[in-house]
Amino acid sequence: MPIMPITDSVTDAPRSLRDRAMAARQRPASYGPDLDLTQFSKPEARAPVGSLRSLHTQIREAALLAGIDTEEADRAASYFQIDYSVIYQRIQQTYQGQLELMTTQEALQRYDWLRDYWWKAVEVDADKYTAATELDQTGGFFLRVFAGQRVALPIQACLFVQENNISQKVHNLIIMEEGAEAQLITGCTLHPGVREGLHIGVTEVFLKAGATLADTMVHNWAEGFHVRPRTGVIVDAGATFVSNYFLLRPVRSVQAFPNVVLRGEKARAQFHTIMVGMSDSVIDMGARVELLGRGSQAESISRAVARDRSIMYLRGEFMSRDNDSRGHLDCRGMLLSDAACIYAIPELQAIGAPKSELSHEAAVGPIAEDTVEYLMTRGLTRDDAVATLVLGFLKVELPGLPAVVTQQLERVLAATAGRSL
Amino acid sequence: MVMLELDRVNIAVDGRPILHDLNLRIESGETHVLFGPNGSGKTSLLMAIMGLSRYQVTSGTIRFQGQDLAGLSIDERARLGMGLVYQRPPTLRGLRLGELAELCAGKSHSATVNNQAEQLHLGPLLQRNVNEGFSGGELKKSELLQLMLRRPKLALIDEPDAGVDLDSLVLVGETIRKVLEQPAADGVAPAGLIITHTGHILHYLCPTASHVLYGGTLVAHAAGAKILADIETYGYGKCPLCRSQIQ
Repeated sequence: MPIMPITDSVTDAPRSLRDRAMAARQRPASYGPDLDLTQFSKPEARAPVGSLRSLHTQIREAALLAGIDTEEADRAASYFQIDYSVIYQRIQQTYQGQLELMTTQEALQRYDWLRDYWWKAVEVDADKYTAATELDQTGGFFLRVFAGQRVALPIQACLFVQENNISQKVHNLIIMEEGAEAQLITGCTLHPGVREGLHIGVTEVFLKAGATLADTMVHNWAEGFHVRPRTGVIVDAGATFVSNYFLLRPVRSVQAFPNVVLRGEKARAQFHTIMVGMSDSVIDMGARVELLGRGSQAESISRAVARDRSIMYLRGEFMSRDNDSRGHLDCRGMLLSDAACIYAIPELQAIGAPKSELSHEAAVGPIAEDTVEYLMTRGLTRDDAVATLVLGFLKVELPGLPAVVTQQLERVLAATAGRSL
Repeated sequence: MVMLELDRVNIAVDGRPILHDLNLRIESGETHVLFGPNGSGKTSLLMAIMGLSRYQVTSGTIRFQGQDLAGLSIDERARLGMGLVYQRPPTLRGLRLGELAELCAGKSHSATVNNQAEQLHLGPLLQRNVNEGFSGGELKKSELLQLMLRRPKLALIDEPDAGVDLDSLVLVGETIRKVLEQPAADGVAPAGLIITHTGHILHYLCPTASHVLYGGTLVAHAAGAKILADIETYGYGKCPLCRSQIQ
């Protein structure tokens, strides 16, 4: 499969998309700090590599902390992008014929029918970030798992930023065909030398009938870095979308509010969001789910720890239009600093569906002193007791992940809990 | 060797004075029992000895093996060899009992944890969050498991017989006896200070001395546990031994 460096926009979009994007170029997002997109520069193109092992140790270590294994020992397929350039993509021999993984540029050139999916789950003119991605896309992957295929090992995609102060604007497209099952690990991270920059990640996901996708995303950024994921998911009958999201390092700002449409009968969505706010981070995260299909179900579990001067918004919006649908939001925040803020904003709407069951529980508060002192009576120092309790607070059972990935994430989590003191 | 000594100690809870002029001396190898009506400050005394933040020693001195505990944090006291069994321990979500037990035992003692947990019939609970949904008996056994693994020189045990069924009481009593009989980590014979309301736990222990906390101070001291009979007959206010020492 040819590897093509992406240095410019995917320009083959219909005129109407481009026009809409042009019209939205200055449109601020509904939430999150507004950014001046002209402040960022363009990087140099990078050459492909034959093996992820050939990457510099600093890149490999940073990728590993974001869940990306450059040894590829337990991965079905890998995609690796540095700045604007796709430097590596490979499907392991065993999994050839089960899935496709390539750049979206290549996929759009190969398949005319992809236009039926392009900008169909996310509005191109939603805000300046979607518009900028349409007008100046800098990479992104296309993943398709074929009908009935169960991919046993995770597929991994790394979106890596190596140069300071660039804006990475990727557009990913994922299609899970009927009955397909896969786990995707998306690691978004950067070189230790990067202090500032912007990552916009548009991701459109389509799950056909009976398909399952467990999407685990790890974000490791820097204190001056801005992040604007824009995700839309369409879930058909009997299909399940699972999102596991980790944000465990400082960031300047992250704002995301993925929109999931459960349009098929018994379609399901689950969100598990684990975040630690540090330094001056502004984190505005949530999930919006439309429960349209008969018997559709959604659940969102969020755990947020705010320290230093971080500000965290935990949003959730479930909207039901079906009498048999059920949804539950569970949102908890722990404050470790007097200067930190957490806003929990759950919202439930039953529209013409009086028998739908929607519920939420939200709690925000400090770490309980009696629990800290309890552990101290067992000989733990105050710092160790707090770290142990923070780690416990952030532990959420993550379904659909192989043990090797869960263990890896737990190690990262434990390291973060220790660091978060 | 004097394990614990209280010298004219006054204690406040959240700034409010509640215990006055307490004097107590417990030698290595001794087990002392503390009686007192509800709200008399028995738990507060144990918490203050352990250094919990709500409980302040406003005057007087508490010494552990001769060392003044003033200014020492809870964990420093724990590492000196003091162990506390809570009457109502908090729930710790996200931390399994097995993990906490290993922290108490030191990481190289997984086999010890499993062995001791089995002895207390706590095996299945090792995989559950600490104290979450535990029954009264399970709470006591969980606390005692941690105490056993830490092998303290001084065990401060708050109402081990409260809310425990008869079957569990046998196990709880025998375990406390074992803790107090097993040499501490450095070979010292441990001492114990045990709070009990009902005295049920005394069926399994042979206390060296008993004390009564009443009206904000220690009013009676006696050898063994014979004072319990007086208390059961006359109540705390009219117990002859208490009254004689009050006077």
